[in-house]
Amino acid sequence: MPSATCVSCNGQRPAALVRPKTSEPYCKQCFFDAFEREIHETIVKEQLFKPGETIAVAASGGKDSTVLAHVLKLLNERHSYGLKLVLLSIDEGITGYRDDSLETVKRNQQQYELPLIILTYKELYGWSMDEIVKAVGRKNNCTFCGVFRRQALDRGAMKLSVNKIATGHNADDIAETILMNILRGDIARLKRCTLIMTGDESDDSEGSIIPRCKPLKYAYEKEIVLYAFYKRLDYFSTECLYSPNAYRGNIRTYIKDLERLRPSSIIDIIHSGEQLLVKQSTKMPVQRVCERCSYCSSMPICKACLLIEGLNKGVPKLGIGKTERYRKEMQKKDECCSDQSLCHCMKEKLTVNEHN
Amino acid sequence: MHLTLEFAGGAELLFGKQKLQTIDLPDNNTSWTIRTLLIWIRENLLRERPELFIQGDSVRPGILVLVNDTDWELLDGLNYQLKENDNILFVSTLHGG
Ligand SMILES: [Zn+2]
Ligand SMILES: [Zn+2]
Ligand SMILES: [Zn+2]
Repeated sequence: MPSATCVSCNGQRPAALVRPKTSEPYCKQCFFDAFEREIHETIVKEQLFKPGETIAVAASGGKDSTVLAHVLKLLNERHSYGLKLVLLSIDEGITGYRDDSLETVKRNQQQYELPLIILTYKELYGWSMDEIVKAVGRKNNCTFCGVFRRQALDRGAMKLSVNKIATGHNADDIAETILMNILRGDIARLKRCTLIMTGDESDDSEGSIIPRCKPLKYAYEKEIVLYAFYKRLDYFSTECLYSPNAYRGNIRTYIKDLERLRPSSIIDIIHSGEQLLVKQSTKMPVQRVCERCSYCSSMPICKACLLIEGLNKGVPKLGIGKTERYRKEMQKKDECCSDQSLCHCMKEKLTVNEHN
Repeated sequence: MHLTLEFAGGAELLFGKQKLQTIDLPDNNTSWTIRTLLIWIRENLLRERPELFIQGDSVRPGILVLVNDTDWELLDGLNYQLKENDNILFVSTLHGG
């Protein structure tokens, strides 16, 4: 029925899809081959892994992490990377919310025969999201879920002492983050968000203790979804319980509009982001380390530690809104949390998006 | 005209979580295309927040359309002429990864 034939096998098979990067028609088989080969080439070229490493694949049961787990497992065997792969899932402890996605991850574990570790917020922070909501009310819990979610993987990976975390960030995600940091004028993050690996020897920013990499950095969301669909991979899609960051949502819509006009724009944005050079004389924000948990923070006490402090002291509003005074007080008292928690700089999360 | 509609990747959430629907389009004198099918879907199936599925006369960018497993971009997109027993799949790429 389709008149176009595949450009890769010289018209032996009918085309099934248009590849967004090149606008070329591909048949299913050639698409699978090309999709997997390109990820392999990225892994080799960027030296994402070393033989013998243990890699935690951040697994949410969603499309990106499901495709990532499937492809890493396959490439690890096909090309003898010599990696030990583990699936790492975080359970926020929201009744009913993770049930379906964790069930999906558990099925993935069987399908891919990979070990699965599920860590709960309760284990990581001493508080489940349900308990936090009870303490702070629905209106304010977004601050917590943003900050806690962001560092849960790092905390989990440290607990498991893996060498690296692989996340499912795809080309659309990266393009979106680049645009967001340009619009915010956040030079420090702009530079960092284009990196395929952060926290390794080549990354000069302090703080991250466990390196993170994004093997799907150049893979389009469209191809990830079609790969999962044609391969009949088992993934779970849900509307996030929390209203998405409105700012990010607008940029996502903008990227999708651009893609419709010219599909290569996504990869073009990534290439532009990678080419940006920051003048040596530009003053970059000082990266310092949280006095409590010794993770990267632009403030003496990081946002996550502030939030946990508030919860434990029964003043959950502590980390929300004006925080300068509390930070100073905490600094003075300096009762160090025994747990080696990790926090990224969460300055922007100080402005809270409320639930609808 | 008899068609199978499939909604996946989160698009089903806009259709009462129903992933599969078989429909019969009324026989009118003009032939059905994806463009006119979308109008029919908006009027007959979409209950809430139609803007999350349809924008202008097309699907919202980020929703993929496959006709019998083939990317609609290979099939003239909105102008594709529907045939009896076609399977039309709408997959959202916009939901959580
Ligand atoms: Zn081919
Ligand atoms: Zn939230
Ligand atoms: Zn801290």
